[in-house]
Amino acid sequence: MTSRDAILGRINTTLNRASEKSARQQAVKARLSKHPKGTIPARARLDKKAQLKLFCDQAEKVQTSIRRVKSYNGVPKAIADYLRDHNLPAGFCMGEDERLQNLPWEKARALEIKTGPSDGEDAVGVSHAFGGIAETGTLLLVSGKDNPTTINFLPETHVVVVRSRDIDGDYESLWSRLRKEYGTGKLPRTVNWITGPSRSGDIQQTILLGAHGPRSLHVIVVDA
Amino acid sequence: MTNIITTRDFKSNAKEALANKTLQKALTHVEAGFIGKRRLAMEALPEFDQLRDNARDIKNHTLANLDAYLEEYEEKVVASGGKVHWAADGEEACNQILDICRNVGARTVTKGKSMIAEEIGINDFLEKNDIEPVETDLGEYIIQLRGETPSHIIAPAVHVLKEQVEEDFRRVHDHLPVSRNLEEPESLLDEARKVLRAKFLNADVGITGANFLIAETGTSVIVTNEGNGDLTQIVPKVHIVLASIEKVTPTLDDVSQILRVLARSATGQEISVYTTFSTGPKRQGDVDGPEEYHVIILDNGRSNMIGSEFQDMLRCIRCGSCMNHCPVYHAVGGHAYGWVYPGPMGAVLTPSLMGVKDGGQLPNASTFCGRCEAVCPMRIPLPKMMRHWREREFEKHLNPASQRWGLNFWAFFAKRPRLYHLATSLGIPLLSLFGRRKGYFKYLPLASGWTKYRDLPAPETRTFQQQWAQREALKQGGAK
Ligand code: SF4
Repeated sequence: MTSRDAILGRINTTLNRASEKSARQQAVKARLSKHPKGTIPARARLDKKAQLKLFCDQAEKVQTSIRRVKSYNGVPKAIADYLRDHNLPAGFCMGEDERLQNLPWEKARALEIKTGPSDGEDAVGVSHAFGGIAETGTLLLVSGKDNPTTINFLPETHVVVVRSRDIDGDYESLWSRLRKEYGTGKLPRTVNWITGPSRSGDIQQTILLGAHGPRSLHVIVVDA
Repeated sequence: MTNIITTRDFKSNAKEALANKTLQKALTHVEAGFIGKRRLAMEALPEFDQLRDNARDIKNHTLANLDAYLEEYEEKVVASGGKVHWAADGEEACNQILDICRNVGARTVTKGKSMIAEEIGINDFLEKNDIEPVETDLGEYIIQLRGETPSHIIAPAVHVLKEQVEEDFRRVHDHLPVSRNLEEPESLLDEARKVLRAKFLNADVGITGANFLIAETGTSVIVTNEGNGDLTQIVPKVHIVLASIEKVTPTLDDVSQILRVLARSATGQEISVYTTFSTGPKRQGDVDGPEEYHVIILDNGRSNMIGSEFQDMLRCIRCGSCMNHCPVYHAVGGHAYGWVYPGPMGAVLTPSLMGVKDGGQLPNASTFCGRCEAVCPMRIPLPKMMRHWREREFEKHLNPASQRWGLNFWAFFAKRPRLYHLATSLGIPLLSLFGRRKGYFKYLPLASGWTKYRDLPAPETRTFQQQWAQREALKQGGAK
């Protein structure tokens, strides 16, 4: 007998004392297809404008810095400003996301852009988020050639662009959007919730930023 | 590595821990670092208790349908291109991991923090087979350098002072200049970051644990603050997930309910910095991510807990809150518990996984103050289950003769109320008389196990029962 059969068999025998296997299977199918939401905290149930404000407040509480711009055209300058203000090199890597690739980069000062995943040599990475969660100031990013996951973790500085309309109150709203986009029961290889820059409290429980992931996380919210 | 199991020696371990000054200093960070932050996070979310109920119900529902959920989960992993391996025990899991590593000719393996990896002793096993395991969580890295096991499930190096970390770094990172300054925690973190960065980029296989396995999508979830778990699984060619059967959870929405209580209970954060959902290997067109994705589903005694009085323990999400609030843990730290799971959750889980013969000492390490149950986000009745284990230990005649004799002696009186009253009403005023001057005892014959480490408060002049009778009488009088 394989270990699989032994383990499942043992559980099965015990559970059969209380219910029939077919009833269990039905209960499971029902929950998986209905995916009930549970309790959504009141703080996450707001109108769009209040959500956006909450997102920014919550993100800043965990050391994310925020800049709001009126349109995508303002993104290159916002990034150039940030790099200059923080004495960072005028260059970064990013994926093939068209919303980023098609920006008027020539309008900002000369920025050297590398397209593709990060190999660990890039000081700065730029990504486009799938959405944001106001409840905790969290960004949601999905893997793929548009926004390779290595960019979220290897560079010391991570700049993330997010559209204001993609910011929702709670995690559950973004799951619904992902189900629509990728199909039910399916997800892209990696979904990252990111809430602030990397940190560790492992030395005497003192929190320090920049453990293995980025030391700084800068978010540009585009009013779109 | 010192993976020697000393659960049977809890008493002597505890004695040593109490006398260890460095440890006692380090342990002050537990109370300071966790308790207040958890309270603030909890107070900032009015729905916290409702979410705890939901979290408990979700896990109870899952455990009641566990076979069906595991099958659904497996199907989804396979559909997304991953592979599932079932392991009955630690040895089988270790061998499965070794096979996967050998298949790709792996020399180094990076590891995210995983308690199950500690449970099965994978590091020792890989080393013996000429594969270098590298812990990447800062706390785990520190204890790996020291050849120790974790002393806390979410803060593995909580027993280590920063001066000790400096010593270890100087000893192991001997390629770096001796004159460098490592006084501040920042410089220690920086050094670890640089050293480990090279390891991340060169590893052949990455092993992570899983906080959850999601049946809806075949996804494994890790929760970290450092980002080490992500670099572990995104850079190497192969990602191995090591998880136990009870980690399966129905849906993305269910996981989100539980995540709302996890970080708040653990570190007092509203949510951890990184919550990562991984499904299968990289997809066609992806430019990074692992080519292979394996999940090892470990049983190691857990399926026997289903349907037993210890089933509720399988709801545990390893937040560490019970030990953060445990007076026994505060006093002796995690190593005294002798294996990988310390504190109240360890006192219940260890005998379940190892048997009462080896783990039976641990459920005695409790004052039954009830704080663990009060703070457990999954509402696990830890004290009740510790009592179950004590009963079993007693039934099996596993506790020491002096303890049995003492309990029998007490039982003799307790079953004879008149004698009991007589004995206590004679004894208590005596104690009170002797202790009256200072209000406590520094030493008491037959109670040195207590008085050696703390003073025993001198009792009131009357017994509890006498006081209670008087109180009730007064109340009755007042009600009239
Ligand atoms: S028993 Fe409860 S409090 Fe302790 S680690 Fe598990 S979930 Fe957390």
